[in-house]
Amino acid sequence: MFQSLNHLISAWWPEPLRLILFLVGIMSFVGLNAAYLVWVERKGAARFQRRPGPTEVGWAGLLQPIADAAKLMSKQLILPAGVDATLFRVAPLLMMSPVLMSLAVIPWGRNLAACNLNVGLLMIFAFGSINVMAIMLGGWSSRNKYAIISAARVVSQNVAYEIPMLLVVITMIMVTGTMNLSEIVIQQSGAFWHWNIFRVWINPLMPVTFLIFFTCMLAETNRAPFDMAEAESELVAGAYTEYSGMGFGVFFMAEYANILLGCALATVLFLGGWQSPIGNLLGDSQSIVGVLFGVFWFFVKMYFLVFSVVWIRWTFPRTQFYRLLNLSWKILIPISLVTLILSSAMIKLFHQ
Amino acid sequence: MEPFPASQMIVGAIFLICVGTAVLGALIAALTARIIRSVCGLAICCIGLAGLYYFLNSPFLALMEILIYIGAVCVTIVFAVMLAEPDEPVRDENFGSTLVWGGLAVLVSAAIFWGLWRLGAHQDWTAPATRVTDGSVKAIGYSLLTTYSMAFELISLALLVAIVGALAIARTGRTK
Repeated sequence: MFQSLNHLISAWWPEPLRLILFLVGIMSFVGLNAAYLVWVERKGAARFQRRPGPTEVGWAGLLQPIADAAKLMSKQLILPAGVDATLFRVAPLLMMSPVLMSLAVIPWGRNLAACNLNVGLLMIFAFGSINVMAIMLGGWSSRNKYAIISAARVVSQNVAYEIPMLLVVITMIMVTGTMNLSEIVIQQSGAFWHWNIFRVWINPLMPVTFLIFFTCMLAETNRAPFDMAEAESELVAGAYTEYSGMGFGVFFMAEYANILLGCALATVLFLGGWQSPIGNLLGDSQSIVGVLFGVFWFFVKMYFLVFSVVWIRWTFPRTQFYRLLNLSWKILIPISLVTLILSSAMIKLFHQ
Repeated sequence: MEPFPASQMIVGAIFLICVGTAVLGALIAALTARIIRSVCGLAICCIGLAGLYYFLNSPFLALMEILIYIGAVCVTIVFAVMLAEPDEPVRDENFGSTLVWGGLAVLVSAAIFWGLWRLGAHQDWTAPATRVTDGSVKAIGYSLLTTYSMAFELISLALLVAIVGALAIARTGRTK
Protein backbone atom coordinates (compact mmCIF):
# COMPACT_ATOMS: atom_id res chain seq x y z
CA MET A 1 0.00 0.00 0.00
CA PHE A 2 1.13 3.54 -0.64
CA GLN A 3 1.95 5.53 2.46
CA SER A 4 0.03 8.62 1.45
CA LEU A 5 -1.38 10.52 -1.46
CA ASN A 6 1.70 12.67 -1.59
CA HIS A 7 3.95 9.65 -1.70
CA LEU A 8 1.76 8.17 -4.39
CA ILE A 9 2.19 11.27 -6.52
CA SER A 10 5.91 11.59 -5.89
CA ALA A 11 6.42 7.93 -6.79
CA TRP A 12 5.11 8.69 -10.26
CA TRP A 13 6.29 12.22 -10.86
CA PRO A 14 9.34 14.10 -9.66
CA GLU A 15 9.02 17.17 -7.47
CA PRO A 16 8.61 20.00 -10.06
CA LEU A 17 5.79 18.18 -11.83
CA ARG A 18 4.10 17.48 -8.49
CA LEU A 19 4.36 21.17 -7.66
CA ILE A 20 2.87 22.21 -11.00
CA LEU A 21 0.04 19.74 -10.52
CA PHE A 22 -0.70 21.16 -7.08
CA LEU A 23 -0.58 24.77 -8.25
CA VAL A 24 -2.84 24.14 -11.23
CA GLY A 25 -5.20 22.35 -8.85
CA ILE A 26 -5.18 25.28 -6.44
CA MET A 27 -5.78 27.82 -9.22
CA SER A 28 -8.73 25.94 -10.66
CA PHE A 29 -10.08 25.38 -7.16
CA VAL A 30 -9.84 29.10 -6.40
CA GLY A 31 -11.67 30.01 -9.60
CA LEU A 32 -14.43 27.50 -9.07
CA ASN A 33 -14.67 28.37 -5.39
CA ALA A 34 -15.00 32.10 -6.13
CA ALA A 35 -17.75 31.45 -8.66
CA TYR A 36 -19.72 29.23 -6.31
CA LEU A 37 -19.15 31.41 -3.26
CA VAL A 38 -20.92 34.14 -5.19
CA TRP A 39 -23.80 31.71 -5.56
CA VAL A 40 -23.65 30.90 -1.83
CA GLU A 41 -23.55 34.59 -1.05
CA ARG A 42 -26.58 35.38 -3.20
CA LYS A 43 -28.52 32.37 -2.03
CA GLY A 44 -27.58 33.02 1.59
CA ALA A 45 -28.50 36.69 1.34
CA ALA A 46 -31.83 35.72 -0.17
CA ARG A 47 -32.57 33.16 2.54
CA PHE A 48 -31.64 35.59 5.31
CA GLN A 49 -34.08 38.05 3.76
CA ARG A 50 -36.77 35.38 3.23
CA ARG A 51 -36.74 35.36 -0.55
CA PRO A 52 -35.70 32.54 -2.93
CA GLY A 53 -32.57 34.00 -4.57
CA PRO A 54 -31.36 32.74 -7.97
CA THR A 55 -33.63 29.94 -9.21
CA GLU A 56 -33.83 30.18 -12.98
CA VAL A 57 -30.47 29.04 -14.36
CA GLY A 58 -30.05 25.37 -13.56
CA TRP A 59 -31.43 23.58 -10.52
CA ALA A 60 -31.69 26.08 -7.63
CA GLY A 61 -29.70 28.50 -9.78
CA LEU A 62 -26.63 26.30 -9.66
CA LEU A 63 -25.54 27.30 -13.17
CA GLN A 64 -25.89 31.01 -12.36
CA PRO A 65 -22.14 31.49 -11.59
CA ILE A 66 -21.23 30.15 -15.03
CA ALA A 67 -23.66 32.56 -16.69
CA ASP A 68 -22.22 35.39 -14.56
CA ALA A 69 -18.68 34.46 -15.53
CA ALA A 70 -19.59 34.38 -19.23
CA LYS A 71 -21.21 37.80 -18.88
CA LEU A 72 -18.21 39.31 -17.09
CA MET A 73 -15.74 37.90 -19.58
CA SER A 74 -17.65 39.18 -22.60
CA LYS A 75 -17.82 42.74 -21.22
CA GLN A 76 -15.59 45.46 -22.54
CA LEU A 77 -12.63 46.48 -20.38
CA ILE A 78 -13.09 50.22 -20.16
CA LEU A 79 -9.99 52.31 -19.55
CA PRO A 80 -11.25 55.70 -18.33
CA ALA A 81 -9.53 58.84 -19.54
CA GLY A 82 -6.64 59.99 -17.37
CA VAL A 83 -5.99 56.74 -15.52
CA ASP A 84 -2.50 55.39 -15.04
CA ALA A 85 -2.98 52.58 -17.56
CA THR A 86 -0.21 50.20 -16.40
CA LEU A 87 -1.04 50.37 -12.72
CA PHE A 88 -4.76 50.24 -13.48
CA ARG A 89 -4.29 46.94 -15.31
CA VAL A 90 -1.74 45.50 -12.88
CA ALA A 91 -3.74 46.13 -9.69
CA PRO A 92 -6.24 43.22 -10.04
CA LEU A 93 -3.42 40.80 -10.83
CA LEU A 94 -1.46 42.08 -7.85
CA MET A 95 -4.47 41.32 -5.68
CA MET A 96 -4.91 37.81 -7.04
CA SER A 97 -1.40 36.39 -7.26
CA PRO A 98 -0.33 36.70 -3.57
CA VAL A 99 -3.39 34.71 -2.51
CA LEU A 100 -2.51 31.93 -4.91
CA MET A 101 1.04 31.91 -3.56
CA SER A 102 -0.20 31.76 0.02
CA LEU A 103 -2.62 28.92 -0.68
CA ALA A 104 0.38 26.81 -1.71
CA VAL A 105 1.44 26.34 1.92
CA ILE A 106 -2.00 25.42 3.29
CA PRO A 107 -2.07 21.72 4.25
CA TRP A 108 -5.39 20.43 2.93
CA GLY A 109 -4.82 17.00 4.43
CA ARG A 110 -2.00 14.95 5.90
CA ASN A 111 1.01 15.51 3.57
CA LEU A 112 -1.28 17.36 1.19
CA ALA A 113 0.40 20.74 0.89
CA ALA A 114 1.87 21.99 -2.36
CA CYS A 115 4.88 23.27 -0.46
CA ASN A 116 5.45 22.19 3.12
CA LEU A 117 7.42 25.28 4.06
CA ASN A 118 8.98 25.61 7.51
CA VAL A 119 7.97 29.26 7.65
CA GLY A 120 4.53 28.75 6.09
CA LEU A 121 2.71 30.99 8.55
CA LEU A 122 5.13 33.83 7.88
CA MET A 123 4.75 33.31 4.15
CA ILE A 124 0.98 33.81 4.33
CA PHE A 125 1.38 37.07 6.21
CA ALA A 126 4.22 38.29 3.99
CA PHE A 127 2.18 37.80 0.83
CA GLY A 128 -1.01 38.93 2.55
CA SER A 129 0.58 42.32 3.11
CA ILE A 130 0.79 42.88 -0.66
CA ASN A 131 -3.03 43.00 -0.83
CA VAL A 132 -3.17 46.48 0.65
CA MET A 133 -0.78 47.67 -2.03
CA ALA A 134 -3.04 46.20 -4.73
CA ILE A 135 -6.24 47.90 -3.55
CA MET A 136 -4.35 51.12 -2.99
CA LEU A 137 -2.82 51.13 -6.46
CA GLY A 138 -6.18 50.25 -8.00
CA GLY A 139 -7.82 53.11 -6.15
CA TRP A 140 -5.08 55.61 -6.88
CA SER A 141 -4.70 54.82 -10.56
CA SER A 142 -8.46 55.12 -11.15
CA ARG A 143 -8.31 58.92 -10.81
CA ASN A 144 -11.62 58.91 -9.04
CA LYS A 145 -12.36 60.67 -5.77
CA TYR A 146 -14.33 57.78 -4.33
CA ALA A 147 -11.59 55.35 -5.28
CA ILE A 148 -8.90 57.48 -3.60
CA ILE A 149 -10.99 57.82 -0.42
CA SER A 150 -11.41 54.07 -0.47
CA ALA A 151 -7.68 53.55 -0.92
CA ALA A 152 -6.95 55.79 2.07
CA ARG A 153 -9.48 53.85 4.13
CA VAL A 154 -7.99 50.52 3.15
CA VAL A 155 -4.56 51.49 4.38
CA SER A 156 -5.66 52.76 7.77
CA GLN A 157 -7.97 49.79 8.23
CA ASN A 158 -5.39 47.21 7.26
CA VAL A 159 -2.62 48.80 9.31
CA ALA A 160 -4.95 48.91 12.31
CA TYR A 161 -6.02 45.28 12.02
CA GLU A 162 -2.64 43.87 11.03
CA ILE A 163 -1.39 44.58 14.57
CA PRO A 164 -3.88 42.49 16.61
CA MET A 165 -3.74 39.81 13.90
CA LEU A 166 0.02 39.51 14.16
CA LEU A 167 -0.13 39.62 17.98
CA VAL A 168 -2.57 36.71 17.91
CA VAL A 169 -0.36 34.85 15.47
CA ILE A 170 2.67 35.42 17.69
CA THR A 171 0.68 33.95 20.56
CA MET A 172 -0.08 30.94 18.40
CA ILE A 173 3.57 30.57 17.38
CA MET A 174 4.52 30.57 21.06
CA VAL A 175 1.90 27.99 21.89
CA THR A 176 2.80 25.70 18.99
CA GLY A 177 6.50 26.49 18.80
CA THR A 178 6.58 26.27 15.01
CA MET A 179 5.53 28.14 11.89
CA ASN A 180 5.09 24.98 9.86
CA LEU A 181 1.35 24.66 9.25
CA SER A 182 1.42 20.86 8.90
CA GLU A 183 3.18 20.52 12.24
CA ILE A 184 0.67 22.87 13.86
CA VAL A 185 -2.13 20.57 12.70
CA ILE A 186 -0.30 17.41 13.78
CA GLN A 187 0.06 18.89 17.29
CA GLN A 188 -3.72 19.13 17.52
CA SER A 189 -4.37 15.45 16.81
CA GLY A 190 -7.01 13.64 18.81
CA ALA A 191 -10.58 14.59 19.59
CA PHE A 192 -11.83 18.15 19.49
CA TRP A 193 -10.62 19.21 22.93
CA HIS A 194 -7.06 18.95 21.59
CA TRP A 195 -7.74 21.71 19.09
CA ASN A 196 -5.97 24.98 19.81
CA ILE A 197 -9.22 26.86 20.34
CA PHE A 198 -10.07 24.62 23.32
CA ARG A 199 -6.60 24.32 24.82
CA VAL A 200 -7.52 26.48 27.77
CA TRP A 201 -4.85 24.90 29.98
CA ILE A 202 -2.21 26.72 27.92
CA ASN A 203 -4.11 29.95 27.77
CA PRO A 204 -7.56 30.39 29.34
CA LEU A 205 -8.30 33.09 26.76
CA MET A 206 -7.87 30.79 23.75
CA PRO A 207 -11.48 31.10 22.45
CA VAL A 208 -11.14 34.88 22.73
CA THR A 209 -7.94 34.66 20.71
CA PHE A 210 -9.84 32.82 18.01
CA LEU A 211 -12.54 35.50 18.02
CA ILE A 212 -9.94 38.24 17.64
CA PHE A 213 -8.34 36.34 14.77
CA PHE A 214 -11.69 35.90 13.05
CA THR A 215 -12.63 39.58 13.49
CA CYS A 216 -9.27 40.71 12.12
CA MET A 217 -9.66 38.29 9.24
CA LEU A 218 -13.02 39.88 8.38
CA ALA A 219 -11.45 43.33 8.49
CA GLU A 220 -8.39 42.35 6.48
CA THR A 221 -10.48 40.79 3.73
CA ASN A 222 -12.73 43.89 3.67
CA ARG A 223 -15.88 41.96 4.47
CA ALA A 224 -18.99 43.41 6.03
CA PRO A 225 -19.40 44.79 8.66
CA PHE A 226 -15.90 46.12 7.92
CA ASP A 227 -16.21 46.63 4.16
CA MET A 228 -15.21 50.26 4.32
CA ALA A 229 -13.18 49.90 1.13
CA GLU A 230 -16.17 48.95 -0.97
CA ALA A 231 -19.00 50.57 1.02
CA GLU A 232 -21.41 50.68 -1.89
CA SER A 233 -23.83 53.04 -0.18
CA GLU A 234 -21.20 55.73 0.36
CA LEU A 235 -18.41 55.17 -2.16
CA VAL A 236 -20.20 53.59 -5.18
CA ALA A 237 -17.83 50.59 -5.23
CA GLY A 238 -14.79 52.16 -3.61
CA ALA A 239 -11.50 51.23 -5.19
CA TYR A 240 -13.29 49.11 -7.79
CA THR A 241 -15.53 51.91 -9.07
CA GLU A 242 -13.82 52.36 -12.43
CA TYR A 243 -13.26 48.68 -13.12
CA SER A 244 -15.46 46.85 -15.59
CA GLY A 245 -15.73 43.33 -16.91
CA MET A 246 -13.02 40.93 -15.80
CA GLY A 247 -10.98 43.70 -14.14
CA PHE A 248 -13.74 43.87 -11.57
CA GLY A 249 -14.18 40.10 -11.80
CA VAL A 250 -10.58 39.42 -10.79
CA PHE A 251 -10.91 41.75 -7.80
CA PHE A 252 -14.05 39.90 -6.84
CA MET A 253 -12.40 36.50 -7.24
CA ALA A 254 -9.44 37.68 -5.19
CA GLU A 255 -11.78 38.82 -2.43
CA TYR A 256 -13.35 35.36 -2.21
CA ALA A 257 -9.94 33.72 -2.47
CA ASN A 258 -8.83 35.88 0.45
CA ILE A 259 -11.83 34.79 2.49
CA LEU A 260 -11.00 31.18 1.66
CA LEU A 261 -7.39 31.70 2.72
CA GLY A 262 -8.40 33.39 5.96
CA CYS A 263 -10.86 30.62 6.84
CA ALA A 264 -8.33 27.92 5.90
CA LEU A 265 -5.76 29.59 8.14
CA ALA A 266 -8.25 29.84 11.02
CA THR A 267 -9.02 26.15 10.53
CA VAL A 268 -5.35 25.21 10.62
CA LEU A 269 -4.42 27.43 13.54
CA PHE A 270 -7.42 26.93 15.80
CA LEU A 271 -9.76 24.20 14.60
CA GLY A 272 -7.32 21.34 14.11
CA GLY A 273 -7.01 21.42 10.33
CA TRP A 274 -7.67 18.01 8.87
CA GLN A 275 -8.10 16.29 12.29
CA SER A 276 -11.51 14.75 12.80
CA PRO A 277 -13.43 16.08 15.84
CA ILE A 278 -14.07 12.58 17.19
CA GLY A 279 -10.56 11.19 17.01
CA ASN A 280 -9.16 8.82 14.42
CA LEU A 281 -12.08 6.57 13.59
CA LEU A 282 -10.41 4.97 10.61
CA GLY A 283 -7.32 4.17 12.63
CA ASP A 284 -4.63 4.55 10.01
CA SER A 285 -4.61 8.18 8.95
CA GLN A 286 -1.71 7.52 6.57
CA SER A 287 -3.76 5.56 4.06
CA ILE A 288 -5.50 7.20 1.13
CA VAL A 289 -8.92 6.78 2.77
CA GLY A 290 -7.59 8.39 5.95
CA VAL A 291 -6.13 11.32 4.02
CA LEU A 292 -9.37 11.89 2.09
CA PHE A 293 -11.29 11.68 5.36
CA GLY A 294 -8.99 14.42 6.68
CA VAL A 295 -9.60 16.54 3.59
CA PHE A 296 -13.33 16.09 4.18
CA TRP A 297 -13.06 17.41 7.75
CA PHE A 298 -10.85 20.29 6.62
CA PHE A 299 -13.45 21.36 4.09
CA VAL A 300 -16.31 21.00 6.57
CA LYS A 301 -14.59 23.30 9.05
CA MET A 302 -13.39 25.75 6.43
CA TYR A 303 -16.76 26.08 4.74
CA PHE A 304 -18.49 26.44 8.09
CA LEU A 305 -16.29 29.48 8.69
CA VAL A 306 -16.93 30.76 5.16
CA PHE A 307 -20.65 30.40 5.79
CA SER A 308 -20.27 32.36 9.03
CA VAL A 309 -18.60 35.13 7.04
CA VAL A 310 -21.60 35.29 4.70
CA TRP A 311 -23.95 35.06 7.67
CA ILE A 312 -22.24 37.99 9.41
CA ARG A 313 -22.37 40.08 6.26
CA TRP A 314 -26.12 39.80 5.96
CA THR A 315 -26.79 40.13 9.68
CA PHE A 316 -24.78 43.18 10.76
CA PRO A 317 -24.90 46.64 9.22
CA ARG A 318 -21.68 48.36 8.18
CA THR A 319 -19.85 50.09 11.04
CA GLN A 320 -18.74 53.67 11.00
CA PHE A 321 -15.13 54.29 10.18
CA TYR A 322 -14.02 55.72 13.50
CA ARG A 323 -15.77 52.87 15.31
CA LEU A 324 -13.87 50.43 13.17
CA LEU A 325 -10.55 52.01 14.15
CA ASN A 326 -11.58 52.33 17.79
CA LEU A 327 -12.48 48.65 17.88
CA SER A 328 -9.00 47.76 16.76
CA TRP A 329 -6.89 50.23 18.75
CA LYS A 330 -8.93 50.34 21.96
CA ILE A 331 -10.30 46.81 22.25
CA LEU A 332 -8.60 44.23 20.04
CA ILE A 333 -4.98 45.34 20.50
CA PRO A 334 -5.12 45.50 24.34
CA ILE A 335 -6.89 42.14 24.55
CA SER A 336 -4.46 40.49 22.18
CA LEU A 337 -1.53 41.92 24.16
CA VAL A 338 -3.07 40.45 27.31
CA THR A 339 -3.43 37.03 25.68
CA LEU A 340 0.16 37.25 24.47
CA ILE A 341 1.53 38.04 27.92
CA LEU A 342 -0.79 35.57 29.65
CA SER A 343 0.13 32.67 27.41
CA SER A 344 3.83 33.40 27.60
CA ALA A 345 3.56 33.45 31.40
CA MET A 346 1.52 30.24 31.42
CA ILE A 347 3.99 28.49 29.11
CA LYS A 348 6.94 29.62 31.22
CA LEU A 349 5.32 28.62 34.54
CA PHE A 350 3.46 25.39 33.74
CA HIS A 351 4.44 23.95 30.43
CA GLN A 352 8.20 23.95 30.24
CA MET B 1 14.63 9.36 -7.08
CA GLU B 2 16.77 10.43 -10.05
CA PRO B 3 17.32 14.19 -10.44
CA PHE B 4 14.83 16.03 -12.58
CA PRO B 5 16.14 16.53 -16.14
CA ALA B 6 17.97 19.83 -16.61
CA SER B 7 17.57 20.76 -12.96
CA GLN B 8 20.84 22.72 -13.04
CA MET B 9 19.50 24.85 -15.86
CA ILE B 10 16.22 25.44 -14.03
CA VAL B 11 18.13 26.58 -10.95
CA GLY B 12 20.23 28.90 -13.11
CA ALA B 13 17.13 30.29 -14.77
CA ILE B 14 15.52 30.97 -11.39
CA PHE B 15 18.65 32.81 -10.26
CA LEU B 16 18.63 34.90 -13.44
CA ILE B 17 14.92 35.67 -13.01
CA CYS B 18 15.57 36.91 -9.45
CA VAL B 19 18.50 39.07 -10.52
CA GLY B 20 16.54 40.36 -13.52
CA THR B 21 13.55 41.26 -11.34
CA ALA B 22 15.76 43.15 -8.90
CA VAL B 23 17.54 45.08 -11.65
CA LEU B 24 14.32 45.79 -13.54
CA GLY B 25 12.65 47.08 -10.37
CA ALA B 26 15.61 49.30 -9.60
CA LEU B 27 15.58 50.69 -13.14
CA ILE B 28 11.85 51.43 -12.96
CA ALA B 29 12.33 53.12 -9.60
CA ALA B 30 15.14 55.29 -10.95
CA LEU B 31 13.87 56.14 -14.43
CA THR B 32 10.15 56.83 -14.13
CA ALA B 33 8.81 60.33 -13.60
CA ARG B 34 5.75 59.42 -11.54
CA ILE B 35 6.60 58.85 -7.92
CA ILE B 36 3.99 56.12 -7.39
CA ARG B 37 5.55 54.13 -10.21
CA SER B 38 8.95 54.52 -8.55
CA VAL B 39 7.52 52.99 -5.39
CA CYS B 40 6.16 50.11 -7.46
CA GLY B 41 9.64 49.69 -8.93
CA LEU B 42 11.03 49.57 -5.40
CA ALA B 43 8.48 46.86 -4.55
CA ILE B 44 9.48 44.82 -7.62
CA CYS B 45 13.14 45.24 -6.68
CA CYS B 46 12.38 43.97 -3.16
CA ILE B 47 10.63 40.92 -4.63
CA GLY B 48 13.76 40.18 -6.67
CA LEU B 49 15.91 40.57 -3.55
CA ALA B 50 13.59 38.27 -1.61
CA GLY B 51 13.98 35.73 -4.40
CA LEU B 52 17.76 35.98 -4.07
CA TYR B 53 17.55 35.43 -0.31
CA TYR B 54 15.36 32.41 -0.91
CA PHE B 55 17.85 31.20 -3.47
CA LEU B 56 20.57 31.52 -0.82
CA ASN B 57 18.62 29.19 1.46
CA SER B 58 17.24 31.85 3.82
CA PRO B 59 13.45 31.67 3.49
CA PHE B 60 12.90 33.53 6.75
CA LEU B 61 14.90 36.52 5.57
CA ALA B 62 13.20 36.42 2.15
CA LEU B 63 9.71 36.52 3.66
CA MET B 64 10.71 39.23 6.13
CA GLU B 65 11.97 41.29 3.18
CA ILE B 66 8.53 41.03 1.57
CA LEU B 67 6.61 41.60 4.81
CA ILE B 68 8.59 44.66 5.87
CA TYR B 69 9.75 46.30 2.67
CA ILE B 70 6.63 45.77 0.56
CA GLY B 71 3.94 45.34 3.20
CA ALA B 72 5.12 48.18 5.42
CA VAL B 73 7.64 50.50 3.77
CA CYS B 74 6.20 50.67 0.25
CA VAL B 75 2.63 50.92 1.52
CA THR B 76 3.60 53.76 3.85
CA ILE B 77 5.38 55.62 1.05
CA VAL B 78 2.43 55.23 -1.34
CA PHE B 79 0.05 56.35 1.37
CA ALA B 80 2.13 59.44 2.14
CA VAL B 81 2.42 60.31 -1.56
CA MET B 82 -1.28 59.78 -2.09
CA LEU B 83 -2.23 62.07 0.79
CA ALA B 84 0.28 64.77 -0.06
CA GLU B 85 0.10 64.84 -3.83
CA PRO B 86 -3.03 63.57 -5.53
CA ASP B 87 -2.24 65.26 -8.83
CA GLU B 88 0.54 65.11 -11.35
CA PRO B 89 3.73 66.73 -10.02
CA VAL B 90 4.81 69.90 -11.76
CA ARG B 91 7.84 69.18 -13.92
CA ASP B 92 11.01 70.90 -12.84
CA GLU B 93 11.84 73.29 -15.68
CA ASN B 94 15.25 74.25 -14.35
CA PHE B 95 17.42 72.08 -16.59
CA GLY B 96 20.76 73.34 -15.24
CA SER B 97 20.18 72.28 -11.64
CA THR B 98 18.83 68.91 -12.84
CA LEU B 99 22.08 68.41 -14.70
CA VAL B 100 24.17 69.29 -11.65
CA TRP B 101 22.26 67.05 -9.25
CA GLY B 102 22.02 64.23 -11.79
CA GLY B 103 25.75 64.37 -12.41
CA LEU B 104 26.41 64.32 -8.67
CA ALA B 105 24.08 61.32 -8.26
CA VAL B 106 25.86 59.48 -11.09
CA LEU B 107 29.23 60.19 -9.46
CA VAL B 108 28.12 58.97 -6.03
CA SER B 109 26.50 55.82 -7.39
CA ALA B 110 29.55 55.10 -9.55
CA ALA B 111 31.75 55.41 -6.47
CA ILE B 112 29.50 53.10 -4.46
CA PHE B 113 29.39 50.62 -7.31
CA TRP B 114 33.17 50.68 -7.67
CA GLY B 115 33.63 50.12 -3.93
CA LEU B 116 31.18 47.22 -3.86
CA TRP B 117 32.74 45.72 -6.98
CA ARG B 118 36.23 45.91 -5.43
CA LEU B 119 34.92 44.29 -2.26
CA GLY B 120 33.21 41.57 -4.23
CA ALA B 121 36.09 40.84 -6.58
CA HIS B 122 39.09 41.09 -4.28
CA GLN B 123 37.77 39.89 -0.94
CA ASP B 124 38.48 36.32 -0.02
CA TRP B 125 34.98 34.90 0.44
CA THR B 126 34.97 31.59 2.25
CA ALA B 127 31.72 29.77 2.81
CA PRO B 128 31.24 28.51 6.38
CA ALA B 129 31.68 24.78 6.63
CA THR B 130 28.35 24.31 8.37
CA ARG B 131 25.26 26.49 8.51
CA VAL B 132 25.48 28.81 11.48
CA THR B 133 21.87 28.28 12.54
CA ASP B 134 19.07 26.20 11.14
CA GLY B 135 16.99 29.32 10.56
CA SER B 136 14.18 28.19 12.84
CA VAL B 137 12.17 30.57 15.01
CA LYS B 138 13.94 29.29 18.10
CA ALA B 139 17.42 29.88 16.67
CA ILE B 140 16.48 33.38 15.52
CA GLY B 141 14.99 34.17 18.91
CA TYR B 142 18.13 32.99 20.71
CA SER B 143 20.45 35.00 18.50
CA LEU B 144 18.27 38.12 18.75
CA LEU B 145 18.36 37.97 22.55
CA THR B 146 21.99 36.88 23.00
CA THR B 147 24.48 37.71 20.24
CA TYR B 148 22.58 40.56 18.65
CA SER B 149 20.69 41.85 21.68
CA MET B 150 22.51 45.20 21.56
CA ALA B 151 21.56 45.87 17.93
CA PHE B 152 18.03 44.62 18.62
CA GLU B 153 17.55 46.99 21.54
CA LEU B 154 19.09 49.91 19.66
CA ILE B 155 16.75 49.39 16.72
CA SER B 156 13.73 49.23 18.99
CA LEU B 157 14.92 52.40 20.70
CA ALA B 158 15.23 54.15 17.33
CA LEU B 159 11.67 53.06 16.44
CA LEU B 160 10.42 54.30 19.81
CA VAL B 161 12.05 57.69 19.22
CA ALA B 162 10.43 57.81 15.77
CA ILE B 163 6.99 57.06 17.22
CA VAL B 164 7.37 59.67 19.98
CA GLY B 165 8.58 62.18 17.42
CA ALA B 166 5.62 61.49 15.17
CA LEU B 167 3.28 61.92 18.14
CA ALA B 168 4.91 65.21 19.12
CA ILE B 169 4.62 66.58 15.57
CA ALA B 170 1.02 65.43 15.26
CA ARG B 171 0.15 67.08 18.59
CA THR B 172 1.42 70.50 17.56
CA GLY B 173 -0.25 70.10 14.18
CA ARG B 174 -3.58 69.40 15.81
CA THR B 175 -3.61 72.46 18.10
CA LYS B 176 -2.84 74.80 15.20
